[in-house]
Amino acid sequence: MEEQLKLTCLHEAHVALGAKMSPFAGFDMPIQYSGIIDEHNAVRNEAGVFDVSHMGEIFIKGADAERFVNHIFTNDVRGMEDGRILYGMMCYPDGGVVDDLLVYKEFEDNAYLLVVNASNIDKDYAWMQEQSKGYEVSIDNQSEAFGQLAIQGPKAEDAVVDLLEIEEVRELEFYTFLDAEDDRGGRVIVSRTGYTGEDGFEVYASPDVICDMWQWLMDSGVKPCGLGCRDTLRFEAGLPLYSDELSDKISPVMAGLSMFCKLDKPEFIGRDALAAQKADGVARKLVGIELEDNAIPRATYPVELEDGTVVGVVTTGYHSISLDKSICFALVDSSCSALDTPLWIRIRKRTFAGKVVKKRFYQTKYKK
Amino acid sequence: MSKVLEGLLYSESHEWVKVDGNIAIIGVSDFAQSEMGDITYVDMPDIDDEVAKGEDFGALESVKASSELYSPVSGTVVARNDELEDKPELINEDAYTAWIIKVEMSDKAELENLLSPAKYSEIAG
Repeated sequence: MEEQLKLTCLHEAHVALGAKMSPFAGFDMPIQYSGIIDEHNAVRNEAGVFDVSHMGEIFIKGADAERFVNHIFTNDVRGMEDGRILYGMMCYPDGGVVDDLLVYKEFEDNAYLLVVNASNIDKDYAWMQEQSKGYEVSIDNQSEAFGQLAIQGPKAEDAVVDLLEIEEVRELEFYTFLDAEDDRGGRVIVSRTGYTGEDGFEVYASPDVICDMWQWLMDSGVKPCGLGCRDTLRFEAGLPLYSDELSDKISPVMAGLSMFCKLDKPEFIGRDALAAQKADGVARKLVGIELEDNAIPRATYPVELEDGTVVGVVTTGYHSISLDKSICFALVDSSCSALDTPLWIRIRKRTFAGKVVKKRFYQTKYKK
Repeated sequence: MSKVLEGLLYSESHEWVKVDGNIAIIGVSDFAQSEMGDITYVDMPDIDDEVAKGEDFGALESVKASSELYSPVSGTVVARNDELEDKPELINEDAYTAWIIKVEMSDKAELENLLSPAKYSEIAG
């Protein structure tokens, strides 16, 4: 039986705007409204708002919360100041990835908010439960109680300050957050985070409040943006998508994300495997490839050497909207992963020449 | 409602053909371009390549997807619209002036299987 698609609190609003809807991570989500290119450029040049209410929010509290989060998380939460945020992964013992996520250090002791991918909420929650034996912690999946908006772009700061009437938002540093209250006393979380390579914010609140905020943003002319440009934006900024660039088969070391794995921590799940991968090297690595031609490399297309030997596979690819070049992420044999290595991509009947480049194709514009 | 031009023949895979003697000028319909959205790349065969009726000879690419182009006739490619290399959006602007290739037909009888504008209008809502 086909599983019923879930709807975010903004579903009706998307349909009313004429969005092209499509299933994503079990939700019926807007792919585009005015068009991917138009929405992409709005985020790069002005501001756009995304409904990301499908994302998961899991709260961890208790006497052992710090030790527990550090047990399941690759980054190091020891000594994190309240209001700070860290990116990292949860790994399996073999170094494969359960999920990539953000950890928010709450404004109280022994309390964290973990923001996880929509497609992985149930799996992540079950994984956390399993790993928590012997730890004094409560694990509370509040994903249904929170909606979420991502407001992104050079004009996002003004839009969010106008929306919330909270001047302190301007002072937020990248990867920090503040707490606020809505009219009804409900919790509002505002973080300077995003998935576009631009400055921007993510706002969490109850579904009703999120609907009001969305309407306010529409009325003030902030462009509604769908998952289509969310993918082109994050891709240009060199950011991985779980299942494409990170998975149970693609470790953070393979994906070039070792900087988010603190191997000097006393322990965490997957540490030994990741340390071994780091020491011995991995068979395949994630690289960026830029093509000479405008043909578009897409996921699953083979990566080859000039003689036709297959050395890898494309994971995400586009004709980049901001850079006007055909570029992709690909998992390739480590022997072919050095910058400037010539590689060919098979697109339908022909192969197209390119070379390895840095994965951060677009110069990101985060607020420091 | 997409535009269907008189004086052309159409394939069920949304290509149009303009017949000029033994030459078939081939493009995609207005319906095809509107379904694709912003076209960012046109993959075209080389001159002198052989194409066969019903087989793919190239593709249109939008930001999100690629869509194969199927030849409505068999023959040899005698020209391609190189202007589309730099300006693929010409197809979005007017699908009926932005031709893609010209083919010297090897079997003009194949044209009989193509759709009239009226017939094509029924499938290109």
